Amino acid sequence: MPVEIDIAKVASLARIALSADELRVYEEQLGAILEHAERVQQLPTEGIPPTSHPVPMTNAFRDDDVTGSLPVADVLAGAPASEDGYFRVPPVLGES
Amino acid sequence: MSDPADLTISEAGAAMRAGALTSVDLTEAVLQRARVTESELHAFLTLDQAGAKSAAEAADASLAAGDDAGPLHGIPIALKDNMCTKGIETTAASQILSGWVPPYNATVVDRLAAAGAVVVGKTNLDEFAMGSSTENSAYGTTRNPWDTDTVPGGSSGGSAAAVAAGSAMGGFGSDTGGSIRQPAALCGVVGLKPTYGLVSRYGLIAFASSLDQIGPFARSVDDAVVLLEAIAGFDIHDATSIRGEVPNFRGSLNEGVAGLKIGIVTELSTTGIDPEVKAAVSRTVDRLSDAGADVVDVSLPSCEYGLSAYYLIAPAECSANLARFDGVRFGHRAEGLTTEDMMAATRAEGFGPEVIRRILLGTYALSAGYYDAFYGQAQRVRTLIRRQFSAAYEDVDILVSPTSPTTAFPIGDRTADPIAMYYADVCTIPVNLTGDPGISVPVGLDSKGLPIGFQLMAPALGEERLLQVAKVVEDQAVFTDRAALATSEVAS
Repeated sequence: MPVEIDIAKVASLARIALSADELRVYEEQLGAILEHAERVQQLPTEGIPPTSHPVPMTNAFRDDDVTGSLPVADVLAGAPASEDGYFRVPPVLGES
Repeated sequence: MSDPADLTISEAGAAMRAGALTSVDLTEAVLQRARVTESELHAFLTLDQAGAKSAAEAADASLAAGDDAGPLHGIPIALKDNMCTKGIETTAASQILSGWVPPYNATVVDRLAAAGAVVVGKTNLDEFAMGSSTENSAYGTTRNPWDTDTVPGGSSGGSAAAVAAGSAMGGFGSDTGGSIRQPAALCGVVGLKPTYGLVSRYGLIAFASSLDQIGPFARSVDDAVVLLEAIAGFDIHDATSIRGEVPNFRGSLNEGVAGLKIGIVTELSTTGIDPEVKAAVSRTVDRLSDAGADVVDVSLPSCEYGLSAYYLIAPAECSANLARFDGVRFGHRAEGLTTEDMMAATRAEGFGPEVIRRILLGTYALSAGYYDAFYGQAQRVRTLIRRQFSAAYEDVDILVSPTSPTTAFPIGDRTADPIAMYYADVCTIPVNLTGDPGISVPVGLDSKGLPIGFQLMAPALGEERLLQVAKVVEDQAVFTDRAALATSEVAS
């Protein structure tokens, strides 16, 4: 059964700017992969709980010890742009 | 032995402690092998010759002073380039992290340093560990040292190739769907995926967090044990790390297989498996039977759905994990008038096609209206697979299958067909879904002279038994052939 994909919406949700040609290619490939992946729907799973994680554990507690963190300068050194100890980005809202 | 680069870790360690070899000489032999083979092999993204040399000098000095850090002391090893190394560029083979130098070490890297290991470099991989051939690297394909027209497997192809070629004595990779075991099989070395949670993932660039696990490549089962011992154990920095004592991995290493029950997984050993691989697996199973194991067929029908479930779960987790690569905090940034435009442009420029494909796939599988039919259903299938494996282990000690359906395939053969590429992991994916350990051991060559890997699987934290049987498989296979690139260098 062909899978319906609104590829432009998916790319927008994923924040990847793709051309119309690229979108067409990915739409076709995703369709083929999802047709294969859809086989999971053939297995009856009523009443079967999902497994999100292979090790049964709930909370991983640790002592509330105060330790050092990475120096700000070291962290910002890997950033494309920074200013006054912050990451610098283009305008978030409206026009600059 | 003519060249120290061809020693096993235990042989080199014994020679060092007998005063017949220094870490500096050993490291130089390994670096020399890398210098000779790299132009053809391209196993490394970064070869840290100066760093390795000074670490080797320090290892020699501390050993001379009586400070012995254990079996990895002074041993040159290689790390997959998705493990953060403070001060050494770490790219995950992606353009988006080009030039990024981590401000901290992965826990595994710190543990290896404490064990005295010498890091020779960072190895190539499929971008963000997504692939089965190392062809998805943004920095060029690694080649298989047995036949440089073929792939080394992936995603940890660089580490596998380096260990097989002698440009590292041991290596580390990460295994999300087979990314250690499959390249180990294709390169004729031992590759181990430990139990999920046994090795810290802190500082491993995340692909699919519920599946990723770091493990070793080695030229022998004994060496794999030594490498695993150095990295296993609880880490406060990884919330999924298993608490408590680290199990003994070598307690029964030499006890043989008499009285053990071994199950061949039918669904992973018949359909779609190359006849020569099938034949090698059945010879191996016969030898286990001759050695006293009780060998039976085991049917795990849900395994047929493992690949489908994996290609929903892994992309779903990857789409969330890779959201952090947006041009703000690290690596590449594209131009954009607004932050959102900048992010979308950065991601389009920085990610390669396979990574984009998986992010889109995961975004779709998690999106409103499709979540339950795809991601939710895949998680329920994961439960079924776990239950079938658990039930099987009530009856058998170890499960076995081929590691890879085929031996190394030609470069370029599957790059145009994602689904054909995904099939390379069909045998290895189930234990990523269950969290159990698995190991690949080389058991022979096909008619093209390419290595064949045999996979063994055990219940969670069953590494001791797993290694015990792997050792018998290794002893009986008497796999002494070496990769063409490793031997041609000796002659040159």
